[in-house]
Amino acid sequence: MSDYEAVIGLEVHIELHTKRKIFCFCEIKEDPAPNTQTCEVCTSMPGTLPVMNREVVEFAVKAGLAVGGTINHMSQMDRKNYFYPDLPKAYQISQNEHPIVSGGKVDIETEAGQKTIRLTRIHMEEDAGKLVHIEGEGTLVDCNRAGVPLIEIVSEPDIRSAEEAIAFLKKLRAIMVYTGITLARMQEGEMRCDVNLSVRKKGDKTLGTRTEMKNINSFAFVGKAIEGEFKRQVDVLEAGGTIIQETRRFDDKTGQSTSMRTKEDADDYRYFPDPDLVPIRLEDKEIEALKSEIPELPDARKARYIKDFDISAYDAERLTDERDMADYFEKAAKATTAPKTIANILISDMPNLQKDHPLPDPVKLAELADLQADGEINSSTAKKVLSALLETGVSPRQYVAEHDLLQINDEATLLPFVLEVLKERASVAEDYKAGKKKALQSLIGMVMQKTKGRANPVLIRTLLEDRLK
Amino acid sequence: MIDKVNQMTISELSEGLRTREFSAEELTRHSLQMIEQKEPELNAFITVTAERAIEDAKAADKRLATKAETNPLLGIPGALKDNVCTKGIRTTCASKTLENFVPPYSATVADRLADAGMVLLGKVNMDEFAMGQTSETSYFGATKNPRNTNRVPGGSSGGSAAAVAGDEAVFAIGSDTGGSILQPSAFCGVIGLRPSYGLVSRNGIVAFASSLDQAGPITRTVKDNALVLNAIAGHDPRDTTSLHVREPDYTVGITDGVKGLTFGLPTEFFGEGLAESIKDAVLDVAKKLESLGATIKEVSLPSLKFALPAYVLISSAEASSNLARFDGIHYGYRAEGAESLDDVYVKTRSEGFGAEVKRRLMLGTFALSSGYYDAYYKKAQQIRTLIGSEFKRVFASVSMLIAPVAPVTAWPLGQSITDPVQLYLNDIYTVPIGMAGLPALSLPVAKDEDGLPIGLQLIGNRFQERLLYRAGVSIEEVTR
Repeated sequence: MSDYEAVIGLEVHIELHTKRKIFCFCEIKEDPAPNTQTCEVCTSMPGTLPVMNREVVEFAVKAGLAVGGTINHMSQMDRKNYFYPDLPKAYQISQNEHPIVSGGKVDIETEAGQKTIRLTRIHMEEDAGKLVHIEGEGTLVDCNRAGVPLIEIVSEPDIRSAEEAIAFLKKLRAIMVYTGITLARMQEGEMRCDVNLSVRKKGDKTLGTRTEMKNINSFAFVGKAIEGEFKRQVDVLEAGGTIIQETRRFDDKTGQSTSMRTKEDADDYRYFPDPDLVPIRLEDKEIEALKSEIPELPDARKARYIKDFDISAYDAERLTDERDMADYFEKAAKATTAPKTIANILISDMPNLQKDHPLPDPVKLAELADLQADGEINSSTAKKVLSALLETGVSPRQYVAEHDLLQINDEATLLPFVLEVLKERASVAEDYKAGKKKALQSLIGMVMQKTKGRANPVLIRTLLEDRLK
Repeated sequence: MIDKVNQMTISELSEGLRTREFSAEELTRHSLQMIEQKEPELNAFITVTAERAIEDAKAADKRLATKAETNPLLGIPGALKDNVCTKGIRTTCASKTLENFVPPYSATVADRLADAGMVLLGKVNMDEFAMGQTSETSYFGATKNPRNTNRVPGGSSGGSAAAVAGDEAVFAIGSDTGGSILQPSAFCGVIGLRPSYGLVSRNGIVAFASSLDQAGPITRTVKDNALVLNAIAGHDPRDTTSLHVREPDYTVGITDGVKGLTFGLPTEFFGEGLAESIKDAVLDVAKKLESLGATIKEVSLPSLKFALPAYVLISSAEASSNLARFDGIHYGYRAEGAESLDDVYVKTRSEGFGAEVKRRLMLGTFALSSGYYDAYYKKAQQIRTLIGSEFKRVFASVSMLIAPVAPVTAWPLGQSITDPVQLYLNDIYTVPIGMAGLPALSLPVAKDEDGLPIGLQLIGNRFQERLLYRAGVSIEEVTR
């Protein structure tokens, strides 16, 4: 297994958050009743023609600019022909030969450090409708989604692991959400991913035969799908078999993928330029104007956080994943002398605690960080205070005062507790003296207990060690 | 007076309506009577909208009473080819597939004519999905040529041409992809314009080949034609291939004569296969134009020999995609007894489409298939570009071209339906026009030995419709 490496390329579909559909004037609403967000164009009535929504073009250009791609001054919509009941025209309008964006890149941060994933292209296309299976009624078609604008972002096969794939997707999502062109809510299917994967012996230059897994809609499932498919391909090769080029369906319930169709019976999409739509032309001036609308992106923020707040690249990446979180971090970090502590709280403590609560006032969080960083409370008290802050929004300083939680930092107050423990647990003390180093930790815990968690743990250790020499 | 309306032009009829010599309702009832009388033999109509026509006429009479409205189409009875969508009125494309399809919206052309005050008599017959040269591929039976009912009216807009030639409608809208307005107009002895690509909105006209389709008027006279074009031409925000290029009034200057104009006689339109009587008639008109002060000049367009095969590939390829939506899922015919999804598609499309449509869909699907795309579709597009640039070169030295519309006159019903290749060859003079996106005006100039109309066409540079009408009026005068 370890002799092999996975070679992975991703195709990511992202729904653009435009006001209207891509080729008609239907407004895109939240949760419309079936077939109420439709017209004769998006239900593809005979004789109807698509009209390009310029906002879609602008959003696609912004997506391209945000990843450093080349914006093509001329691009063309093509027809991708295939029959399926959710596709009312029996072709999807997409881009094949002349996409709107070529190239680009996404820098990712993994445990192993930084890596660049190159992009092949970004193109615009329309979403299809949705099939709804209703017991007793059969299968019905809902055309609300038909004509919702998407971009497809295609990566080069630069990804080598599930971890890298997830880091790439998170970063890509962050960039696109920051840019303001999408909400990319995974649970709503606004970001979906196809995984192309092949394996080869490490050091090999040629690519193996790849398989494609379609329409995976969560980061975790992408990770599972990659790990499963990597193992499956390696097992096939190790057993002397060959990989068949095929499309596989990933089942998120079993975590397994199964063959959908092989290359032999793959669709021939018969792409050709859509004669109903004139080529899309873009002037430099227009591209420059769109560029000026793009806000500070995750990488720029990340660099700024590392510089201004002295946090690690890894932490900075996590904090910039979500624009809301990054905005929040910045507010809190500016109100404290201990931004690193804010970062720790947000990355390590908050996710476990903050399930049902909104984020607290950033100034109050800064207060908590100050208390902790200045040694006025210890880390376990800090967690308690954080819980209280989330639940009631109480000022940390006030809460600490009211509950008498200030850390005991002076020897005079702490020493009686230490002596008491040494007396009560003489046998444990003896164990330590006899060389059982672990015993010290247990003694520290007992002192902590007696002080109701308020003691400075470093000071306890020092005092205990002095007495046990 | 009402007995004479069959011989009257739109301008004369409009005058009659305004001076209350007859009402729009009387005029409409006359048309409906003509339809009732002639339809059993001609079969030009698929759907006659008699009630709607009377309503339209009454509304027109009200508008006429105000005297404020000057649109010459107000109260004039016309017909639409049955591939022009009409809200609430079934639009069949002469196919079993759409036998009961009632569109929820109207084509821009239909809306514009309704706004102008046209009285809608009904929807006229055509070749199924506009694929054919004779109107015999219609699911609703063949239309017959009013000039000789043993002959075909031409196609695909055979119903449109026959309705006008048979005095059922004062004018009709047809659509042209590779000659579907020009050729039936020639066969039925009426005036037909194929407008420049982009002049008339395609919104609501059921697509055959999107890059070639254009709707246009079929009328009794050249000026009538210009009046109808006035109502339908112009950019439509619902069709991004339509352009902001229309003339404010296509009748302006049409009586200026041909003096000073240069007419090109393209060698390639007078080669082998052209009936002598047609050749003589066209050259005779050229001579007459010369005597009126025009210059006649021989020109050559050597790439035209590739136009027909390239046209067949491009139009079929686009059709294979355009007609894919008729799959039995969302609207139109669905076959009974299918046992799987694939079965629904196969059965529905096998039963819903006629033989000619299926032939072209298969051909087009093949031409776009992976591995064949470059050799067929792409190559055909290159030929198309080449043809366009040859026309452009020719139009640098001539005002327009003068040529026959078809190599033969209307042939007997039932004769050609078995030999598609021979049939396609009859399109050789009209397909290059659509391929280059040019306008052409088809007009009757003589009769052959069997008394059948001979058509001549004027082919213009893009958006030179007014110039075609100007020459057309002169030709009308010298051939009367």
